[in-house]
Amino acid sequence: MLALVSPALLVILALIVLPVGWLVWQSIYHDGFTLENYRRIVTEDIYWRSFALTFEISLLVTVLALLLGYPVAYLANAVPRGWSVLILALVVLPFWTSVLVRAYAWLALLQRTGVINQFLRYLDVIGEPLALVHNTFGTVVATVHILLPFMVLPLYATMQKIPGDLMQAGASLGAGPTHAFLRIFLPLSLPGVLAGCTMVFVLCLGFYITPELLGGGRTVMVSMLVSRNVELYNQFGAASAVAVVLLLSVLAIFFVVSRFISLDRVLGQK
Amino acid sequence: MDKRAESVEIRSASKAYGAVRALDDVSLNVGAGEFVSLLGPSGSGKTTLLGILGGFILPSSGSIFFGGRDVTWMPPHKRDIGVVFQNYALFPHMSVGENVAFPLRARRLPKAAWPEKVRAALAMVGLAGYEARGVAQLSGGQRQRVALARAMIFEPRLILMDEPLSALDKQLRESMQIELRTLHRRIGATIIYVTHDQREALTMSDRVAVMKDGRLIQIDEPARLHDHPANSFVASFIGEATLLPVRRVDACRVALGDAVLRSARPIPAEDALMLAVHSEKLLIDDGADDAARNRLTGTVTDVVYQGESLRIFLALADGTALSLRQPSHHEAHRRIPPVGGSLTVTLHPEDTIVVPKASA
Repeated sequence: MLALVSPALLVILALIVLPVGWLVWQSIYHDGFTLENYRRIVTEDIYWRSFALTFEISLLVTVLALLLGYPVAYLANAVPRGWSVLILALVVLPFWTSVLVRAYAWLALLQRTGVINQFLRYLDVIGEPLALVHNTFGTVVATVHILLPFMVLPLYATMQKIPGDLMQAGASLGAGPTHAFLRIFLPLSLPGVLAGCTMVFVLCLGFYITPELLGGGRTVMVSMLVSRNVELYNQFGAASAVAVVLLLSVLAIFFVVSRFISLDRVLGQK
Repeated sequence: MDKRAESVEIRSASKAYGAVRALDDVSLNVGAGEFVSLLGPSGSGKTTLLGILGGFILPSSGSIFFGGRDVTWMPPHKRDIGVVFQNYALFPHMSVGENVAFPLRARRLPKAAWPEKVRAALAMVGLAGYEARGVAQLSGGQRQRVALARAMIFEPRLILMDEPLSALDKQLRESMQIELRTLHRRIGATIIYVTHDQREALTMSDRVAVMKDGRLIQIDEPARLHDHPANSFVASFIGEATLLPVRRVDACRVALGDAVLRSARPIPAEDALMLAVHSEKLLIDDGADDAARNRLTGTVTDVVYQGESLRIFLALADGTALSLRQPSHHEAHRRIPPVGGSLTVTLHPEDTIVVPKASA
């Protein structure tokens, strides 16, 4: 048995355990053991603000993705099979384009001379172009778009498992559509809501390319701190410490979520 | 007429899915307080008809009346009917008590009145004190009862049931059938019950509607359905009958191969006729010289012991296979020859059922 799984174990060791171990090691060893890198995260303002902003943006993105994704998943679940395939295909299609391409596409839409501003000025709705990008707004819009499938798919999977006759039963027992939705469908779809939100929130915590391109340098998320520490200051230790804290945050979130629903559901195994 | 019950009138209801006619021009009247079963094989349209009554399916044409009101276009939640679903459709995220109280909440009844009503409804189905249980903790039979309590708590004047007992084992199913009968008498509501089990339909119903390929073939009281089937499909579906092609001889006789059988019933005018021989109506000839009885002689090909009864398979001289049932007691055993022996059976003219052959 061990002989059979050992190649797989070796791959996991080489690709996951060793790099993460190396990451942790770098964050605490620099000419001897030191917690200096962690001390700076706790004490220095820029780190605090960046972590706070990252959580804020992630929360906002998660809420927006839920508000946009729930109706889409609901619709995909409610319509006949052919239509639901089409809806899901439209949700997943952008998935297959590079994140970079999508970020630039948003740039083309949102920038001062972009499609939206030009159109609004053509209609004379606005005099000055709106600041739609190079700020938190642009970051949030593009991130929501990119992460939306991670919300819609778990929601859809959960809704698919809600037996159709429960809603019929609700209706026959006197519940109007709103009442039946609030009392039956919504509660039964909550595991999907939790799974989708966890997925989007966690992915958003570590998002890099989109905030880098659309945040205009003012929206500094944690992943950008990592990159700056390496690129600008050659501080691998500091970068590793930030990455470790981020990793621990994600693990903590998964731990808390796992108290409520099986992680298999979040990770799409079931 | 009972105030607690509602009459139902179905006027030439049809439902087409593309080219498939799931329901084909069905008209049916159900009296207030009546227990009517819709019986048929799968694909006969019985579930479609129930869906139309429940408001879950809109008919392609035709209309539905409850107690004289046209409800054809009324959404399900306004119809005020109790529905018991095949797999019970209990809400998994609610306790038994919350499930049963659901119709009260949906109707915005004052909360103070709920516990007493829930208690009474659960007591009615023999589940007193189960309020706090989770649905997942219940056995199939208990879920069934919760579904019943939930469908009855708001005292609907019409209850629809879609094969509610089909998931239960045989013994439980039979005891639930008797319970449902008793419950029906007590609450007095009209019940329309879908099943594919003819025994279940005969046991519980005031009348049974036999359906096939989306059409209503016959609706009658159980005894009439059994002994006066409208055609060979009903005869084959109800009871344990062997259907044999026969030729019309005259107004009261048919020919089965070389044998001529008398029937005390009018013989249908159709050309293609079938003789429906119920296995319990064939008797072993006791030698009494009763010329009125039809007699058939054959060779015993098998005797099957089935507990309370024996089933004896016979082959007539021309190879036609028949079977008869004998109660399993010593006297009956004694009269049955061993396999290969010759046996003469009688069929009373009153039991000689000749029906038109149903079109396939």
